[in-house]
Amino acid sequence: MLAIKCSNVRKTYPHFALQDVNLNLAEGTVMGFVGPNGAGKSTTLRVIMGLVHQDAGSVQVLGHSMPAAQRAAKWDIGFVSEDMRLYSHRTLGFHLEFLEQIFPKWDKPYAAELLRRFDLNPEQKLKGLSHGQRVKAALLTAFARKPRLLVFDEPTTGLDPVARKLVVDEMMRVMEDESRSILFSSHNTLDVEQISDSITFINQGEIVASQDKESFLDAWRRVRLVVDDTFTLPNCNSIVKTQRAGHQMVLTVSDYNEGFAAHLTQAGASVTDVERLTLEEIFIASVEASQAGQHAIQGEAA
Amino acid sequence: MNTQMILSQTDPRPIYVQIMDEISRRVALGDWQPGMRLPSIRELAADLKVSVITVKRAYLELERSGVIVTQQGKGSFVNQEVSVDDVRMQELARYLDNAARVAAAMGMSHDELVDALADYTNR
Repeated sequence: MLAIKCSNVRKTYPHFALQDVNLNLAEGTVMGFVGPNGAGKSTTLRVIMGLVHQDAGSVQVLGHSMPAAQRAAKWDIGFVSEDMRLYSHRTLGFHLEFLEQIFPKWDKPYAAELLRRFDLNPEQKLKGLSHGQRVKAALLTAFARKPRLLVFDEPTTGLDPVARKLVVDEMMRVMEDESRSILFSSHNTLDVEQISDSITFINQGEIVASQDKESFLDAWRRVRLVVDDTFTLPNCNSIVKTQRAGHQMVLTVSDYNEGFAAHLTQAGASVTDVERLTLEEIFIASVEASQAGQHAIQGEAA
Repeated sequence: MNTQMILSQTDPRPIYVQIMDEISRRVALGDWQPGMRLPSIRELAADLKVSVITVKRAYLELERSGVIVTQQGKGSFVNQEVSVDDVRMQELARYLDNAARVAAAMGMSHDELVDALADYTNR
């Protein structure tokens, strides 16, 4: 069962386009959504929420067709983004009581517990809150509604490490219930790597990769070689980056398997180390490779 | 559920391997006895704050190596037939495997590696 299914979604703006976005979030799982600034993460999340209408393609969220059925769908979705509109002259407590009246599944004891955990004061007016406190308050309102789907746009940006851990902990508590799902975008690759079941990578409006985290991380390796002067590197599509210093070579590989090392050994290199990459390293290598590819194409045209 | 399992961010082993090793060590030390019921995958994921898929992978690999058994719908248990010596051997095996690989990359012969290892055991 899918909590979110986007098929061939397109949205064109004068200077930016989402191109054929396909994205599936399985129920009971967490998806981390990563990509550089301006890659289209927020636009995609807004299309999923029905806030931006796609030019083409279909979006199903909890079985509802978006944007047409957004009213029905939103009872069961908790969405938090940077530009949450709250009443700045009202207290946090006012907001919580207001939401309690609207949402039937509002969990009052849980909201009270989160106030304590997140170290928030319900007496305080929203305009007096720091950035971090406002983010925690917005997340609290989404958690306490107990929706089946949580969609967070950069939930941990601007939070100190302790607050970030509190938020990540709370997201994992949600996952104890296998009927609930989370989609979140983040620049904090450590958070994404830690709690995501699947990772979707977007660059320049296109989904570059979308797969389960274990296979995604497993596919990338850094391979260290010692080579002699006559060595030439065999042609291979999975080599994303090559660095050489004297007799040492370091390859970044995007589609690694045991056969790869054997292939290099046959070519006369000796493989000294095969290292795994962090999501951050993969992120940077992919974006650099795609930029280098573009420059190469532009260079050829010129 | 609090297993008091601590994962390390600076450890080069992937998280699923850290979880496997920690469970194996508990079994080897006798802290987790044969037949003991393990936390469910979701419980352990929530406890460790790591993704469900990572814990699932650790359990699958532990099952494959015979440390735990999973019964559909009932959960996972420490294997009744588990040999504590085997579990300890598996931990050692990984280091030996690594040593063998590095030695091969350096062009060391079998005997040279054995001699090098002997230097360490005699220290």
